[in-house]
Amino acid sequence: MNGPFLTLLRRDLRNLLTGAHGSGAILPLLFFLSIAMLYPFAVGPNPTLLAKTGGGIVWIAALLAAILPLDGLISRDLETGFFDQFRLRGISEEWVCAARLIAHWLSFGPLLILACIPAAALLGLERQTVGLLMLGLLAGTPGLAAVGLMIAALTASLRSGAALAGLMLVPLALPILIFGAGALARSDPATLGFAGAISLLLVAVAPFAAGASIRAAREG
Amino acid sequence: MQASLSATDLACRRGDRLLFTRLSLVVQPGEVVQITGANGTGKSSLLRILAGLLAPYAGKVTRHGDVGLLDENPALDEHLPLGKALDFWRSVDGTPDTLVAHGLEPLMDVPVRFLSTGQRKRAALARLDAQGPDIWLLDEPLNGLDSDAAADVGTMVDAHRRAQGICVLASHQPFPLDGVRQIDLVGFAP
Repeated sequence: MNGPFLTLLRRDLRNLLTGAHGSGAILPLLFFLSIAMLYPFAVGPNPTLLAKTGGGIVWIAALLAAILPLDGLISRDLETGFFDQFRLRGISEEWVCAARLIAHWLSFGPLLILACIPAAALLGLERQTVGLLMLGLLAGTPGLAAVGLMIAALTASLRSGAALAGLMLVPLALPILIFGAGALARSDPATLGFAGAISLLLVAVAPFAAGASIRAAREG
Repeated sequence: MQASLSATDLACRRGDRLLFTRLSLVVQPGEVVQITGANGTGKSSLLRILAGLLAPYAGKVTRHGDVGLLDENPALDEHLPLGKALDFWRSVDGTPDTLVAHGLEPLMDVPVRFLSTGQRKRAALARLDAQGPDIWLLDEPLNGLDSDAAADVGTMVDAHRRAQGICVLASHQPFPLDGVRQIDLVGFAP
């Protein structure tokens, strides 16, 4: 089973990074940075205000950027018969989704965490805030990836699935946002533990929920 | 172990419509069965039920051996050159880098999205051939193929039959092979 898993992961990474499936790795990154760039134009160049609210904006930008790769994350392979062929070879949907989850996170998570540094410079954030932001995104983005994967699987067979997926991510990602961005307001890294715990739970559940959704879509 | 495929009292429902009922089928090793019937009689659904991808509305399917399915989805990455796209399945199936026939040699560097319907079908056949399963389920294998390629498919299926393999194919066209058992789905309409 090890062999196919690595082969699947390699294919998923190649497809997700280059944008053959979904948006590719660069688009969410640019989207994330452009929100950080637009915010000072919208609220004015008041350094105190920016330093106080900038961290929250970075979190919102990360959440919205996580929506971009969802289009085609699952639906493309469902349409082109990949999931059928995997099933016939005894590779379960859960197994495929586990590989997809890892590749999905790798294609946007680490880049967003690194992009916090230029985003923080644009917003004039303090060093301590940047540290909490990066730690928070490290704890939170796996959860965002897991929620995204589940939603992408659930909406894969729907006609306007991509738009719906974006809308569904918002409420489901709320707990991660509350605890992740909450750490900034209270300057307390302990809150990040909650964000990390929610992420872990979502990561554990996602391959099973997504796998079941794909099987249900096939019957439809 | 010998490959075998049997179905007992199958019924298939899609939406509100019952497509066929009380369909029983036993396929012996080395046998080729062609499912015929007008469009919408449930040929594709039957193949997906036999493959285990779709649950029958009633009845049971028993199969021994690996199953390979060829349908309208080639399951090849559109943006990749054909050679690379086929390499993915070769790596998943753990099959060696065998000679790819089916007239595909000049196309190996061409991205899959530029291939015609018939060329995609040939590519999917090459994928199935490399996978080498015991049970072949072919849904409209001749669609989009020219007469030479169609004859090649006949030869491929014949070789598979000689190797004690099983083949069930759904097609409304005559299949270029002798000794094919025909089953008309119209006889099983409710």
